[in-house]
Amino acid sequence: MQLLRLLRTSTRPYLPWIVGVLVFQLLSTMATLFLPSLNARIIDDGVTRGDTDFIWRTGALMLAVALGQIVSAVIAVWCGARTAMAVGRDLRRDVYRRVGQFSAREVGQFGAPSLITRNTNDVQQIQMLTLMSLNFMIMAPIMCIGGIVMALREDAGLSWLVWVSIPVMGVMLGLLMAKLMPWFRTMQERLDGINGVLREQITGIRVVRAFVKEPFETERFRRANQDLTEISLRIGALFVLMFPVVNMIMHLATAAVLWFGGHRVDQGEIQVGALTAFLQYMLQILMSVMMATFMFMMVPRAIVCAERICEVLDTEPSIHPPLHPAVAPPAHGRVRFEGVCFRYPGAEAPVLEDIDFAAEPGATVAVVGATGSGKTTLVSLIPRLLDPVAGRVLLDGVPLPDYAPQDLAGRIGLVPQKPFLFSGTVAENLRFGREDASDEELWEALRVAQAEDFVRAMPHGLDSSVSQGGTNVSGGQRQRLSIARALVARPRVYVFDDSFSALDVTTDAALRTALRPVTRDATVVTVAQRVSTIADADLILVLEHGRITARGSHAELLEHSPTYREIVTSQLSAEQTTGGAQ
Amino acid sequence: MSHNPQPAAKPQNFWSSARRLLGLLSPHRAALAVVVAAVIGSVLLGVFAPRVLGRAMDVIFAGVVARSLPAGADQQQVEAGLRAQGQDTYADMVSAMELIPGQGVDFGRLGALILLVLAMYTVASALMWLQGYVLNRVVMRVVYDLRAEIERKLNALPLSYFDTRQRGDVMSRVTNDIDNIQTALQQTFAQLVQNVLTVLGIVIMMFAVSWQLALVALLALPLSAVAAGVIGSRSQKLFAGQWKATGVLNGHIEESFSGHELVHAYGRQRQMQAQFDERNEDLYRAAFGAQFLSGTIMPVMQFISYLSYVGIAVLGGLRVASGQLTLGDATAFIQYSREFTQPLSQIAGMATQLQSGIASAERTFELLDAPEQEPETPTARLPERLRGEVRFEHVDFSYDKDAATAGEPPMIEDLSLHVEPGRTVAIVGPTGAGKTTLVNLVLRFYEIDGGRILLDGIDIRDLARDDLRRQVGMVLQDAWLFTGTIMENIRFGRQDATDEQVVAAAKATYVDRFVRALPDGYDTVLTEDETSVSAGEKQLITIARAFLSRPSLLILDEATSAVDTRTELLVQKAMAALRENRTSFVIAHRLSTIRDADTIVVMESGRIVEQGSHAELVAADGAYARLYRAQFAEGSAEQATEPAAEVPSEGSTDGAAEDSAQ
Repeated sequence: MQLLRLLRTSTRPYLPWIVGVLVFQLLSTMATLFLPSLNARIIDDGVTRGDTDFIWRTGALMLAVALGQIVSAVIAVWCGARTAMAVGRDLRRDVYRRVGQFSAREVGQFGAPSLITRNTNDVQQIQMLTLMSLNFMIMAPIMCIGGIVMALREDAGLSWLVWVSIPVMGVMLGLLMAKLMPWFRTMQERLDGINGVLREQITGIRVVRAFVKEPFETERFRRANQDLTEISLRIGALFVLMFPVVNMIMHLATAAVLWFGGHRVDQGEIQVGALTAFLQYMLQILMSVMMATFMFMMVPRAIVCAERICEVLDTEPSIHPPLHPAVAPPAHGRVRFEGVCFRYPGAEAPVLEDIDFAAEPGATVAVVGATGSGKTTLVSLIPRLLDPVAGRVLLDGVPLPDYAPQDLAGRIGLVPQKPFLFSGTVAENLRFGREDASDEELWEALRVAQAEDFVRAMPHGLDSSVSQGGTNVSGGQRQRLSIARALVARPRVYVFDDSFSALDVTTDAALRTALRPVTRDATVVTVAQRVSTIADADLILVLEHGRITARGSHAELLEHSPTYREIVTSQLSAEQTTGGAQ
Repeated sequence: MSHNPQPAAKPQNFWSSARRLLGLLSPHRAALAVVVAAVIGSVLLGVFAPRVLGRAMDVIFAGVVARSLPAGADQQQVEAGLRAQGQDTYADMVSAMELIPGQGVDFGRLGALILLVLAMYTVASALMWLQGYVLNRVVMRVVYDLRAEIERKLNALPLSYFDTRQRGDVMSRVTNDIDNIQTALQQTFAQLVQNVLTVLGIVIMMFAVSWQLALVALLALPLSAVAAGVIGSRSQKLFAGQWKATGVLNGHIEESFSGHELVHAYGRQRQMQAQFDERNEDLYRAAFGAQFLSGTIMPVMQFISYLSYVGIAVLGGLRVASGQLTLGDATAFIQYSREFTQPLSQIAGMATQLQSGIASAERTFELLDAPEQEPETPTARLPERLRGEVRFEHVDFSYDKDAATAGEPPMIEDLSLHVEPGRTVAIVGPTGAGKTTLVNLVLRFYEIDGGRILLDGIDIRDLARDDLRRQVGMVLQDAWLFTGTIMENIRFGRQDATDEQVVAAAKATYVDRFVRALPDGYDTVLTEDETSVSAGEKQLITIARAFLSRPSLLILDEATSAVDTRTELLVQKAMAALRENRTSFVIAHRLSTIRDADTIVVMESGRIVEQGSHAELVAADGAYARLYRAQFAEGSAEQATEPAAEVPSEGSTDGAAEDSAQ
């Protein structure tokens, strides 16, 4: 099982601590179990004989035992917390490292949100399970077995009561839980359901109001609310049984001990003190059974988490840095695709097939095509976010896999489709590609990216903070900052993946004009939808189902490529294509 | 993440919010009375039962002692005999017992006592169950009503409420906070009552049995309180630290994974990893401290309970030996002292939970108390079929009324516009010019501050909002669809439409073709992470929805985000089909739409700066002409001049024909 495997490997370095937990838990449990027995002696040897001296001496011994108990218990908690937190830390690190090695392909397979949950929540679950196991789960069997041993020592004749009550307790709780667990899952689903309805109502509030569909939504909500309440009531009705049942079993056991024990005392087979001790042990045993049963509730969830973590750890990254990187050639920025194919493992159709083209410094290559035609995949190959399955991509004559990752990264400036910003200041984001850039250089990049005005308007200028994912700046602003970030890095190759889509037309035009001198000596590869963005490219590649079906300049393609014409006419009409010079 | 206690958000006004939360329970007074009665009953029985058990123990002990005594003599004689032998303490003990010398355990009495105890516990357990059962029903009912009330409130709040708050904040109020309230009501209130009563009952019982032993046991009380207080508040602080460290680390993980391609493309792996290691180590340290300290609460509380256990064992033993206490009372005491520390530590734990529940209640009440939309007093009704004439007369509007009175320029100022029935108005202008605001005013999402808006000559403020909106269809950039089938989503436009009508609308708006290609067709369930339907296709579905609703007036917001070109073409055509014979306001981004519009309205900072047809505006060489050149001519200015001449005329007229044909 994945959970056991994960726990075994991740706890191995902390074996001494775990042994510590075991030893001190054992000591503390033994001390706990010893107390009723001492109490019994006070009654049998002290009280019955009227030996006050003995009572005092035994009392002092009990105190010493209690002190020993707390010391060992605290040490055990210390070792347990240390181990569990270290296990959590190591697992988190391992998952993070592994994802760091992933290429865009593996990240895409899992999805970033799923990877985030695995690295945070799932690891947290395992960490909690480890902590609980070390603090309680180890204690439960020790307590149970120790209690049985001590109880038998007090009176073996009553032992059958132990053998009867343990399974009764275990089975009753087990039955309740087996019934409840799937209901809990259903409740969680319905809770997600009702929250989903509310989320939709809030995000779609304008649409709902415009269509006067409040009653419809209210009805949808009412149904979700009823479903949730129904299962909650069902769970509640059963769940409230749990505590009374546990109580009842314990009290039945107590009554039985007194009744049958009374007979044995009467026949002189045991002493009264032993009977009181037996009673205490009995209750301790049942408590530990209860605890163990509750612990098992954590296990199914942890199993799922462990599986999800192992899945990440067991996935081999598809891209490896070279063992012996080539000496980096002089940087010009010449990009070459030679017979490149790309296919996701298990997929039937390739995403890219037979891609051949060259992009020279000073030239712009534009890639156009429908959604799913492979544009983003194509440009992802340039910074080696993916490796082709056939063919190769060269930069300045050297195949990408031969580059040391740092060398390659220094030459390429990527502006991805989603303009992601990291939390931190504007300046920190801009220096992402080159840490030693001066403030003047940052402002220059912002000027070109048409971002100077709004950054100046921000309360702290370059030092204004951008929240996680850049949610406190608008989509267009985010895109412009993302472009400025690439400019600051001064790469030899610019890769724009649909990077101007959120800009309004005026800004778009101004930005492209300002970009031109900056990128004059660099190679530019751009994915775009707007005709105005692609029309002045030196080479336009029309991508259809992963293949280049047409290539050439704007004018050439207008003439030869029906697909390209369709793209253009969807945005401009006849008058426009002919009247560009107005 | 949910497994560590979150640092409790402190409520602003604890008592008034608590009172109001309890007020929600007041309609269920009768049921709550049952709950309280059941709690009191089960506590009383639970408190008395150890006493009866003690009696049972006494019977056994008396039997043992009696058996060792000579038969035939009565109790006084035996006592006298013992004293004569110099066994004074033993004699004292015997004198405190009820026994018949020479006879063993009185099983008749023992059996009766045990049956009595069992009966008491059975009733106590039944009451405990009853209490839990009734309370659960009440709480569920209250939470159900609260949820429904919140939902009603969401529909009654003005849109400005949602504009001025983060969506996540509103979401969290309607989800997490309600859950939190439920937990607080379900667990804390009843248990608080139960625990306080139990502690009280046990203390009373202890004093009733022996005030000396009670004092020993009560020594544990301040000790536990101090221990729980000290450790509790310290670990609360450490937990806050752990929570913060978790937040920082999770934020880092989230960013590294979401920005994975950037980290790789910019070669930042090493820095990111170093930062991760540092933050991971911080979390480890914080978590270890918090877990260790909070983990010591249990042993410490246990130790304190052992202290009183030892005290009772010794003192009790001495007093039993001297006949001042029966053995049964001593054992009952031991049980009391054990049952007494548990509710104490629970009460300590509940304080934080209660606080967080009240804080949640406060946030929920804040939402429920937010001012609602102005009540309407419709004095006019719209005819079944509208002509669709819209007139803006000197309209003023500001989102922030306070800012407006403070002299800041309003969002829309003195805006007048007349739209003939059936015409298409294209609204253009830079971001923030007020384009969206203008159409929002037509839908009466916001109330205007001055001037008036007339629909077919009727002031829209004289109409019921719903009456007005039923006549208006809307397609927004952000294609909002709810979780449900495609059929249900289209039918959202008109609930009483037949399947045939839905399909007809789908056909008219190019939805039918791609839906038929889906394995489940119209029954395909659209969810947030549905990938078989593209963004452009979702847009088409929203158009079909508007089409089905047969509005007299249309509001369209063209998407700026990249939809692939083929779907884009279909979206264009579908929108054109929708516009036919309807007065339409289009927030336009595409030249073809703008150019084909009957009127183009150019907006800048809340004012209409130009108005007219494409040809007129180009000729006027004003703002529109500048915008037009920047947008569509600049890109091809250098090269397009020559190739433009080469463009085969049939290719381009095809495009135009296609456009106008729809």
